[in-house]
This record gives sequence, structure tokens and C-alpha cells, in this order.
Amino acid sequence: MDKADRGKRHRPPMGVSALSLLAVLIALFSLIPLGFVIYMTLTAGWDTVLELVVRPRVGELLANTILLILVTVPLCLLLGVGGAWLVERTNLRGRRWWALALAAPLAIPAFVNSYAWSSTVPSLAGLGAGTLIATLSYFPLVYIPVAATLGRLDPAIEQSAASLGLGPWGVFLKVVLPQLRIAMTGGSLLVALHLLSEYGAFAMIRFDTFTTAIMVQFQSTFNGAAGNMLASVLVLLCMLLLWGESKMRGTARYARVGFGAQGLPVRHPLGCFEVPAQLSLLAVGVLSVGIPLWSVLRWLVAGGAQVWEPARFLPALLQTLGYGLGGALLTIVVAFPMAYLAVRHASGFSRLLELSNYVTSSMPGIVVGLAFVTVSIKVVPGIYQSALVLLAAYVLLFLPRALVNLRAGLSQAPRELDEAAQSLGRSPFAAFFLVTLRLSAPAAAGGAALVFLAIVNELTATLLLAPNGTRTLATAFWAKSSEIDYMGAAPYALLMILISTPMTYLLFQQSKKAAGQ
Amino acid sequence: MKMRKNVLAGIALAATAALGLTGCGGSTAAPGSPKAGGITVYNAQHESLAQEWVDAFTQETGIKVTVRNGSDTEMSNQIIQEGAASPADVFLTENSPAMAQVENAGLFADVDKATIDQVPAEFRPSTGKWTGIAARSTVLVYDKAKLSADQLPVSMLDLAKPEWKGKWAASPTGADFQAIVAALLELKGEEATDAWLKGMKSNFTAYKGNSTAMKAVNAGEVDAALIYHYYYFSDQAKTGENSGNVAQHYFKKQDPGAFVSVSGGGVLAASKNADAAQEFLKFITGKKGQEVLKDGTSFEYTVGSGVPSNAKLIPLDELQAPKIDPAKLNSAKVTELMTKAGLL
Repeated sequence: MDKADRGKRHRPPMGVSALSLLAVLIALFSLIPLGFVIYMTLTAGWDTVLELVVRPRVGELLANTILLILVTVPLCLLLGVGGAWLVERTNLRGRRWWALALAAPLAIPAFVNSYAWSSTVPSLAGLGAGTLIATLSYFPLVYIPVAATLGRLDPAIEQSAASLGLGPWGVFLKVVLPQLRIAMTGGSLLVALHLLSEYGAFAMIRFDTFTTAIMVQFQSTFNGAAGNMLASVLVLLCMLLLWGESKMRGTARYARVGFGAQGLPVRHPLGCFEVPAQLSLLAVGVLSVGIPLWSVLRWLVAGGAQVWEPARFLPALLQTLGYGLGGALLTIVVAFPMAYLAVRHASGFSRLLELSNYVTSSMPGIVVGLAFVTVSIKVVPGIYQSALVLLAAYVLLFLPRALVNLRAGLSQAPRELDEAAQSLGRSPFAAFFLVTLRLSAPAAAGGAALVFLAIVNELTATLLLAPNGTRTLATAFWAKSSEIDYMGAAPYALLMILISTPMTYLLFQQSKKAAGQ
Repeated sequence: MKMRKNVLAGIALAATAALGLTGCGGSTAAPGSPKAGGITVYNAQHESLAQEWVDAFTQETGIKVTVRNGSDTEMSNQIIQEGAASPADVFLTENSPAMAQVENAGLFADVDKATIDQVPAEFRPSTGKWTGIAARSTVLVYDKAKLSADQLPVSMLDLAKPEWKGKWAASPTGADFQAIVAALLELKGEEATDAWLKGMKSNFTAYKGNSTAMKAVNAGEVDAALIYHYYYFSDQAKTGENSGNVAQHYFKKQDPGAFVSVSGGGVLAASKNADAAQEFLKFITGKKGQEVLKDGTSFEYTVGSGVPSNAKLIPLDELQAPKIDPAKLNSAKVTELMTKAGLL
């Protein structure tokens, strides 16, 4: 803090340089996993890399992973965009209820969904099963942003197109769809990244992807070369997806300029399509929420009271809540410098920081887990196997979720208010705390809730990094279902769903608000 | 204002939680480090069995036990990487190769003589660096409706032949199966093992876990599965829902498929609480620990203190298992060969 520039306009309440330094440190920290795979690849030697990467098994995994993405992403787009259109743009009956029902599958972790399906239909296996489970678990990632965008499109453009002679289909394809492009590519990217990093759901139905193969290698060799090389390939795939999304997103802007209030979106009458629409939605709802819930409840009833072992159950619940809350708080604190710089002091530098975060956002939990196990054992043995390492992994994995929310919140806390407080005699610090921080608190809370939700359902990094004796709901569930003790796993499944439900609702509400900006 | 209060309350709560997790006040000692004479067990045995042992031991001695669960070779490699800093006091496995690996790295302390004396020589390495704690026999479970006794393979090696294509299952990712491959390697050499693994790759269906593989046989998805004996018995003891249509085929005649795998336990040389660690090992190979195997739900064979195995099992001495020194099983080579064959 330099006292000499008190008269300057836009004087930041905190030293920007100090913040920048913090942000740089955080960005560097968030590049640890990427650095780890690069280092491991370079030090393995070219021969080893070739031997472990160019082999038939990797070809199988590559084929599986690519096919999975190519089939699942379009299916998620179809369900997500179709559902959003029905709910936001037609006079569908019960549309408010359907709007929530289509977001609900997010409250069921994919590996719980897989457990429910595979314990109901034991023969489920391979690509078909993987696609089914993944589509049902992840289509809301497309539906939520698309529905939010559809709800705020300016109907004037569509009306103009219609008045120029385009039919309803023409309007949809030529006018509406292009405006959904950003939401659709963003949602698709999220789905694809989830497909790459998912472990539990696919392991349960014997479908092999890079993540499941890395886990297998880990269980055979701890952190051996073969697993690390697979991790490099996996990271490369993630980078390809990021690059592909940035190319497909396009640069066109669809923001509305000018004065006047925007009209309400046009709703199309469904007419004779009402019944097929209702039936399709019902089918999606039954498959994505009905079957999992019914299956979990069936196992709960079959298990009776004896599966609720309080001695195992309560510690798992408390540890999960502890990590969830601690991790969420820490993530928000860590995200703040970056978000603040991005909103108040946008520059090439802050964009570079964001890019590092963008890269981080694509890191699968298994890669972060591998990197942190190896780095903590070799570089900082003092904190090896401590809760600190696991919390750090959570921060890194879920930083992007917190950032998105914080940025939105900070951009709604105008700098002028901060300045007004200062001109009324508050010190810069006080003004910052009383104005900016307070105004962005709701957004921070929203971001924290999302991080909490993610931590509760995190499996791979937790399996690798949990301190001795630690059991979370997710790892306890996994241990039980791995021994095909379906009844014993049910209470943990139910609890994860119960914790996830309010958070999913919150996410749904936030998406509506965010789109309204 | 209300919002702010809630947020602050949330922050306070989270801060408390985070502090509670990191050991109140940011001490960097790893949780689970020995407190008040407690020990940390790295356990690769079935969690339910380890838990029974731990509970009985704590009840008897008052010594607190922290368990970290994982799989055999994951944990052996982990212990080797942790080296002298390893928080583990005791290491328990389902099979011998991982024990041999830690022994070869020179990380085991000598097992107390009193413990060694409780276990017959065939169930422990001659070096005395670790001891057998239980045993399991390889078995082929098959679908009674699909295969008759005369269609069963005479040797485990037959499963790599073309006529078994698409007919059998295994869990190649598990330490259990890898121990069978280690026995094959020890008995028949690298070339034969390599050829068998290649035949297996084109013939078999991979499942995750032996119980899942047996369940698949029971459901008619696949004709047979190469697993260990106790899955069948423990399912029969429960509801029988995953083994009702299943029968067992023991290869016998010193075939690689008659391999009896010894589960091991050892005390780490780096243990900060060696006395309690040795006591734990003595307890599980002793009368009470072995009775957990005889009377519990694990159905693994007993190996110590003259305690007989569960009466439902075929006695170990009738299984005609091949003679193998458990200390010679080479897990690193097995992982390498299986990775090369595209099984891992």
C-alpha cells in the first residue's frame, strides 16, 4: 500500500500488486497437475513413452473414450435443447414442474446412478451402458444453460424473422439455434470433460476409459510409469476438447443494445404434439430420476435397519461435511484475488491468469490425485497424507466453479459505490469490506455451495489422497458397492442424493439469474 | 442483513470444520499418526475381515488401530515409496506377491518368534520377515446349467485354448488374479506365462472384482470364472442369490490352477510402535484371530495356532496345491507381463 497516491482515481482498496502476486501464485499452484504429467513424460524417456503409449490397449481405450464422447454429447444436446425448448418456448402443461424435473438428475451422482442401474439390470456393460448412464446423468449440464438462455432471448428478432416469411422450424434453425451456440458448446464441453474424468460410474459397468485404466494401474503399482503415461494422454485429450470448444464457440455476440424493455418470449402452442411431448419428458424423467431413486429405496427397504451402522455411518457423514465446508470456504478465499483482478483490473495479465484456470478446469480428479500423491510424497513429505493435501486438491479441482460465481457477483458491485463510501470518510479497507465484499457475498455463497456439492460427490482424488482412517460418504459407498454389498451401499447413496438436492436447486435458480444479466 | 449473518455463520462453521480436519491449529502431523500407543494398519485384505480382527484386538488390548484400505500391490508400492517415513506399522495383504515385494525392499522387521511359532512353515517365507495370516485356494466356478463335469478343463492352462473363447471370466485388475499369474510364472516360466496371458486376452471377459465375476456366471452371462474359493461359500451363507446356479471345480494335481495363495502380515521396520504392531500380528495368527476365520463370514482358510478351518470348506490338505515358496512370487514382473498383454 502506497500512501502517496491517495488522490488517484480508481484507487484500488488493496494493493493490486499484492493481489497480482497472490493470483500468480494461485495460478502456478493450479498448474501443478499439468506440470506433473509434462515432467513425468519428459523424465520417462522417449522409449518408455512410446512403449507405454503406443500399444493396442491404449488404442482400445482411445476408441472407447472417443466413441463415448461422440455418442453421448449429441444425445445430451438433443435431450438438453429439446427439453429446454419445450419448457421455455411452448405452452406445455406443467412446464414449471418439468423445468425442475429436467435439472433434477444433477442431484444424483453418476456413480450412484450407475449403481442403481447395474444392480437393477446386472447385464449392463460396455459402450452402450456407458452411454446410457452418462447421458442420463449429464444432459442437465446442457439443459440448464440452454434453458436459461432461451428464457431471455429477445423475441423481436424471432418476430422479425417470422414476419419476413420464415416458418416456425425456419425461425428455430436460423434464428434461435445460432443464439444458443455459446450455451450449447459450453454445456457440451462440460459433458465431455465429465466423460473423461468419470471413474465410478464406468468402473461399475465394466466400461474402460482412460480414467478407469489409470485407476487400475494405480491399484496395481501405486504411481507407476504406465499409469502416469495414460494420464498424459488423458490430459492431452482434455486440452484438445478445450481447444475445440474455443474454436466452435465462435466470436459472434448476441447482446441486445438500445433502449426499451424486452418483450416476453413467444410461446408456441403444442396442439396435437402435447401428448408425445409429455410422454417423452415422462420417459426421460423415469429413466434419469425414477429408476435411480426406486433402486436406492428398494435396497434400503431390503437392507432394513441393520445397514445403518452408526459407527461407520456418522463419521463418514461428519468427515464429508467437514471436507465439504472447509474445501468450499478455502476455494472461495483462493478464488477471490483472481476474480477481483479480472473484474476490476482487467488486462492481458488477468486474462493469462484466467487461461491457467481454464486449463485447470479440465483436469480430471484422477490426474490431480496422482500429481498430489507423487508431489507430496517426494517434495513435501511433511504434509503427505494430511487433510491439507486433500483440501488443496479440492480447491484446485473446483476453483473454476467458484470463480465463475465470484466474477458475476463482483461485477454487480460497482466500483462507484466503493468510491462513494470512501468519499464519505471510510478508509479504503473499510469501504472494501463494507461495500464490495458484502455485495458479492451472495454470489460467493452460491459458488461455495457448488464447490461443496462437488466435494461431497468426489471419488477418485479422495480415494488417492484421503488421510489414514478417513472415510467420506463417496468412498464408503464405493467400498460397499465394490463388494457388491448393494444394501450396505444404499444409505450412503441416499445421503449423497439428499445433500445434493438443495444444491442442485440453488444451481438451477442461479442459472436463471445469471442469464438475466 | 439477514443474508450477511447467514454467510458469516456459514464461514464460521466452515472454518471450524477446516480447523478440525487439519488437526486443530494447523499442526502438519498426518492424521492417523500413532497417538497413545495406537497403530496404523495398511490393509489390503477384505475390509470386513480386517475390521473384525481390529475390533477384537482393540477389545482385548485397548490399543487403537487406524486402518487405511487399498489393494495389495498399490499398498506395497506405496510403502516402498514412503520408505522410512511410512506411517504404516503393519501391512496385511490378500496374497503373497506384495509381501515379497516389501520384503525385497528391506522394509520389514523380523516377525517375533512367538508369532512365527504359531504358523506352520508352509504358510510363511523361510526368512521370517513376514507370516501367513490366512489362505485361499484358486477355483473355477461354473454355471451348472451350461457345463457338465466332463466338459471342465483339466488344467488352468486349457483356458487359453481356442475352445474356451468367450467362455470364461476373471478380474485381471485384482491382486487376487495377479497372484495366480505370479504362481504360473514361478511354476512354468516367462514364455509360457506370456503365451497363456495372450490366449486369455482373446478368450476371457473382464470383470471388476471376483464377486462380480461369480455373479455374472450365476446370471448366465458367462460359463465360468477363475476366482478364489471363499466367494462361493460366503454367498451361500448369506442369501445364495449370486451363487445358486454355480458349482466349483478344483483343479488339484499340483496344477497352476490349484494354487493356494497365502495372505500375509508383516511389521514395518520403520514402525514407531513396533511392540503394539508385533502384538497385533501375534493376535491375528493366534487362537482368537484364527477363530475369526473359522467362525466368521470370510470363509478363508486358517493357517495358525492349530485352529481348524470352517467345516464347510474342503480341507486344505486335499487340494493338492503346487509347492511354491511365497517369497518368490514376483508381482512387478506380473504387472509388466499383463500390461504387455493388454490386460491392464
